[in-house]
Amino acid sequence: MSDKIEMIDELKILIKPYIQDEEAYKNLHEDTDFIEDLKINSANLVDIILDIEDKYDIDIDNDSMDKMLSVKAALEIIKIKVAEK
Amino acid sequence: MMTFKEIIAKLPYAKPFLFVDEILEVNENGISGTYTFDKNHDFYKGHFKNNPVTPGVILTESMAQIGLVSFGIYLMNESGESIDEIQIALTSSEIDFYKPIFPGEKVIVKSQKEYFRFNKLKCKVEMFNLNEELVCRGKIAGMIATKKLK
Repeated sequence: MSDKIEMIDELKILIKPYIQDEEAYKNLHEDTDFIEDLKINSANLVDIILDIEDKYDIDIDNDSMDKMLSVKAALEIIKIKVAEK
Repeated sequence: MMTFKEIIAKLPYAKPFLFVDEILEVNENGISGTYTFDKNHDFYKGHFKNNPVTPGVILTESMAQIGLVSFGIYLMNESGESIDEIQIALTSSEIDFYKPIFPGEKVIVKSQKEYFRFNKLKCKVEMFNLNEELVCRGKIAGMIATKKLK
C-alpha cells in the first residue's frame, strides 16, 4: 500500500511541468484523468510517457500508451513493465 | 524511398500558405530544405507599414513545414504507415530570432530529430540565409497521424 502512495508521489513530480489545472493536480488521486482532469494535451502526454520510461527504465509500447489515460492506468502499466524487466 | 517531390506533393498546404520549395536532403535523423519568400505575399503590405520584413510567425511556419511536416511524412512513409490523409497539429515551438528576412530572400531550413514517438515528432530546427548566417533556431514539436487526432 505504501508502495502505491510512493509511486503516486513519484508520478506527481513527473507530471507537474505539464498540468494545466492546479486544483485537480492538488487533489490528484488514483482516478484522476490526465486529459479530462489535469487538462494535459496529447503532445505533453507523450512527454510524460517518455519521462516515465526514463525514470523506471522501461519501454512503453503503443498499446500501453493508448491505455495510459489516468493515474490508475499509468500505475498498473508501470508495475507490469517493471516486473517484466 | 519517396522522392523529394513526392514528399512536397503530400504536404497538406497550398498557396498562399505553402512555405516549402524544395527538399535538399532527408534521412531518418533529419531533413533540410529551402524556401524563397515571394515578394508578393500579402503580409508584406502590413508587416511593417512601408518596411516589409518577413514575420517571425511565418519564419516559424516555414521551419515547421520543412523541418516537421515534410520530415514527418518521410518518417511515416519509411515506417510503412499510410500518408494519404495525414492530420497534423503544431503542439509547441520555442524559437529565437537573429536576422531579418526580407521579401525575395531564400532560406535554408535544417532540422534534426529529437524523437518521434507515439505520433509526436520533436525536432531542433535552424534557418540560415544565403550568406550561411543563422536566421533563427529552436525546437518545434507536433502530432502527426493518419487517424483523427484527439
